[in-house]
Parts: sequence; structure tokens; C-alpha cells
Amino acid sequence: MKCKLILLTAVLTVLPFSSAFAEDVLNSGDTAWIIVSTALVMMMTPAGLALFYGGMSRYKNLLNTFAMTFMSYCLGSIVWVLWGYTLAFGPDVGELIGGLEHLFLDGITVDSLTGTIPTTVFVVFQMTFAAITVALVLGSIVDRMKFSSWIVFVVLWLTFVYSPVCHWVWGGGWMHAMGALDFAGGNVVHINAGVAGLVLSAMVGKRLGYGKEAMFPSSITLTALGAAMLWFGWFGFNAGSALAADGVAASAFLVTNTSAAMGAIAWMAAEWYVNKRPTVLGIASGVVAGLVSITPAAGFVDMKAALVIGLVAGGFGFYSVAVLKRKLGYDDSLDAFGVHGMCGIWGALATGVFANPAITGGAAGLLYGNPRQVWIQFVSIVATALFSALATFIVVLVTRVVTGGLRVDEDDEVKGLDGAIHGERGFEIEF
Amino acid sequence: MKKIEAIIKPFKLDDVKEALNEIGIQGMTISEVKGYGRQKGHKEIYRGAEYVVDFIPKIKIEIVVEAAWVDKVVEKIQEAAYTGKLGDGKIFVLSVEKAIRVRTGEKGNEAI
Repeated sequence: MKCKLILLTAVLTVLPFSSAFAEDVLNSGDTAWIIVSTALVMMMTPAGLALFYGGMSRYKNLLNTFAMTFMSYCLGSIVWVLWGYTLAFGPDVGELIGGLEHLFLDGITVDSLTGTIPTTVFVVFQMTFAAITVALVLGSIVDRMKFSSWIVFVVLWLTFVYSPVCHWVWGGGWMHAMGALDFAGGNVVHINAGVAGLVLSAMVGKRLGYGKEAMFPSSITLTALGAAMLWFGWFGFNAGSALAADGVAASAFLVTNTSAAMGAIAWMAAEWYVNKRPTVLGIASGVVAGLVSITPAAGFVDMKAALVIGLVAGGFGFYSVAVLKRKLGYDDSLDAFGVHGMCGIWGALATGVFANPAITGGAAGLLYGNPRQVWIQFVSIVATALFSALATFIVVLVTRVVTGGLRVDEDDEVKGLDGAIHGERGFEIEF
Repeated sequence: MKKIEAIIKPFKLDDVKEALNEIGIQGMTISEVKGYGRQKGHKEIYRGAEYVVDFIPKIKIEIVVEAAWVDKVVEKIQEAAYTGKLGDGKIFVLSVEKAIRVRTGEKGNEAI
């Protein structure tokens, strides 16, 4: 009798920690990890992306690129906690958008939980994703957009383009219901931003002298440093999207690094073969291409799949940027579409092929007996691209009206935006 | 007084400076310049965008000497700056009307 009593006590003590009760209890390991992930992803915008993009901008516009990136993060921080979060993650309305129950984060207390982490942590974590997504878009229009127009664009785009797509995929909307797999933001972040960038660059127009004048990057050193910071932060982006400190997070961590490294090697190899030189810009770009494509797949694929995903991303990214862009003639200045859009599309499709149910139960792709997943991914890609294109188009039209034109004066564009808009220089070089 | 202006390859500056010091030239002014002549530029490619860079970095050396020294100085510069490849540079000789030392007010040959 005593043995049974001890056994019963032991079972009742352990039971609350089993997965049956995990949903309702705060897990400090998960919480600590997601707080850290949030900080990692935060750094990706004003530090990683600012350096990556800034180094590729012409010297006379280096600070302006930084300014737009910083403002993306700052405005994103505010818009998100006012109405962005509730539109993305509020109670579902027709599988299209979230309700306004959490406007100004009302209803969320210190004790609220989302899974095993405080809801507040989840809010901030998701906020860093929103901010970097809109920041990615600026890559298409550096050197020529009015700063006031960019600010208005950021606020409108986050509200009317980012939040809906985020809701569809992660907030309980129709793409999630359909079974689309997007672990950390292939659709929500990269395809969304890439397509938006393409539309915005078409509507703002090409840079003066594009295709004729030399447009040298201000500093490949800054770009490479930025790529390294993005790589570091991406561990929070992908492994943090597990929303837990567990095996799936660990798996995402591994494949993220693998894909990034393969992407760099593949881009470098492609460039070395085609242009006879391996460039540091190419290596840095390959890293980002690899990271972008593994993003939707991170918690669903294994290391071997990551080798392939990164390899193709590097080659495909190089092709998009070095060949396709010139053929099609658009001025997506820093390749938001070429790298984020195109590699995001590859990653989303690859997820449909390589998703391995041994990593995340229930997520299986073509190679594991579920060819339908490829079709589901395809539908989600097309829907995201079409919505992003159309909604961005409308947002840009409104922005143009509200700010009286999107583009700076010709004189200012030639002189450089650092001086014309900000009255500053990037570096103080004597003489 | 004459001024000697020499455009040379940047990595040759130390050799030229040593050679001139050996014959007693104790001062010069240098500037970083760009230019081209028969030495062609090169291509740079950034993510598929190809640019031809025509202007090549060079160093310009300016020295003012007494007229009698000109031939010796020119010879030393040419020897030290020579590599035999395109782009070795050029040397020009110009007349100088006046020279004044700022600190003492000395004029002419005492000033150089």
C-alpha cells in the first residue's frame, strides 16, 4: 500500500511538467530563449541590415540608408504595439485578419501566456519580424526616395500589408488552415518584402544614370560585417521561431548555419566561374541568400536538405541578381526582390519538397509521401505575391498623395541624400 | 629656380625619396592624384553590374631646386621610379618666379 502511495505521489508531482500540461505553464527555459532571440532579431535591423545595405549604397547616401533602416525599426516598434499586433494575432475574423481586442495591447497582462512564454515576449518577438520585413523593402529604393515618404510608407505598409499576411500564416488565418508551412517567414517576411520592393522600385522609378553611370558601393567592409551580424541574429530569427528551447529549435539552429554557409560557397563558386573573380560582396550576398531560403524551412527540414537548399540559393541568387535583373531592366537597387523575393520563393517551395515529419510531426513534404504540400506552398507563394503587389501598389499611391511625391529633386539626388536630407556626412575624412 | 613635377606609381615613392635624399634633396611635397595615359583602367563587377575604372591612383611629387640641379634630379627620379611597365609616369620641369621661406622671409635660392 505504501509503495502505491509513493508511486501515486511521484506521478502527481511529475505530471504537471509533462507535455499534457505544457500549454498552460510558463517555461523559464523557453522564455529566456525567446527573450534572447528577440534581442538577436532586433539587432538584425538597425545594425545588421543597416550595415549590409549601407555598405552597398553609394557613399553620398550611406547615412540615408541607415536613417531609413533605423526608422523602420523605430516606427515598427510603435505601430506594432498600437494596432499591428492585434491585426496580426488578435482573435481571427474570417481567416483574413485579427480582431481589435488587443489594440494598444489591451487585455495582455504580466501573467498572460502564449504557449509556454509570456504573451508580452511573443508580442516583442513578432514585432522584430515586422520591423525587419518593412526595412528589407528599402533596399529596392535607396538613393532616391524622400525620407518623409519612406516614413509614411512604413506606417501604412505594416498596417495594411504585413499584418494581414502575418495573420494568414501565423495568426490563425487561411494559409495556416490550408496547411502552408512557413516556419520563420518565407512568405510573411521575404516574399512579402521582395515583391513589395519590386513594386515600390517600379513606382519610384530608376536612379538617375542607372545603367550608364558607375554606382560604387560605399564600403564592402560594412556590407560584409552587416552580413555576419545578420547571420548571428538569424539564429534568433529561425531557432527562436520554435517558440521553445527544444529539439526543434536546435534543429533549426543547425540547418540555418548549414544553409548560410552553403549559400556563401555556392554564390562564390558561381561568381568565380562566371566573372573569374570571387568577391567579398558575393560571399556576403550568398550568406544572405542561404539564410533567406532556409527561413521557411528551418524547423521542418534536416541537415542534408539544408545542404541542397543553401547550394541552390547561392546559385539561384547569383543568377537573379547578375543575369535576370539586367535582362528585365528594373532598378531594384540592393536586390530586395532578387535575393529576398527569389530565394524566399525557392525556400518556400523547397519546404514543400523537403519537410521531414521526423523533425516536426505532421509537416511532411514531397520526399516523405506528401506531394500535395508542394501545391499548398505554391498557392501560398502566389497568394502572398499577388496580395503584396496589389496592396503595396495602393499603399504607395496613398503615400505619394500624402507626401506630395515619392522622389527627391534631381539636384538632391545628384548631390546625395546624406547632405540634401540630413545635412551630414557618413565619415569625416580630413582633406 | 625650377620646379620638377613627377607623376609616379604610388609604390615607388619610397625608392624615389631615398634616391633624392642621397643626392642632397631634403624636402618635397607629395599629393595623391588619379590619372591615365597609355596604361588602361580595369573592370570592377558588383553583383553583375560592370564598371570600367579609367583613373588610376598615382603620386605627384613636387620639388623646387636651383636650375643647376635639374638634370641630376630628373635623372635620379627616372631611375628610381622605373619599372619598365606601362604607367611608370612622367616628369615635367617648370620655371619658378619667386620663392620665400615663411619663417625667416629669405628669398630665392636661400629659400629652397
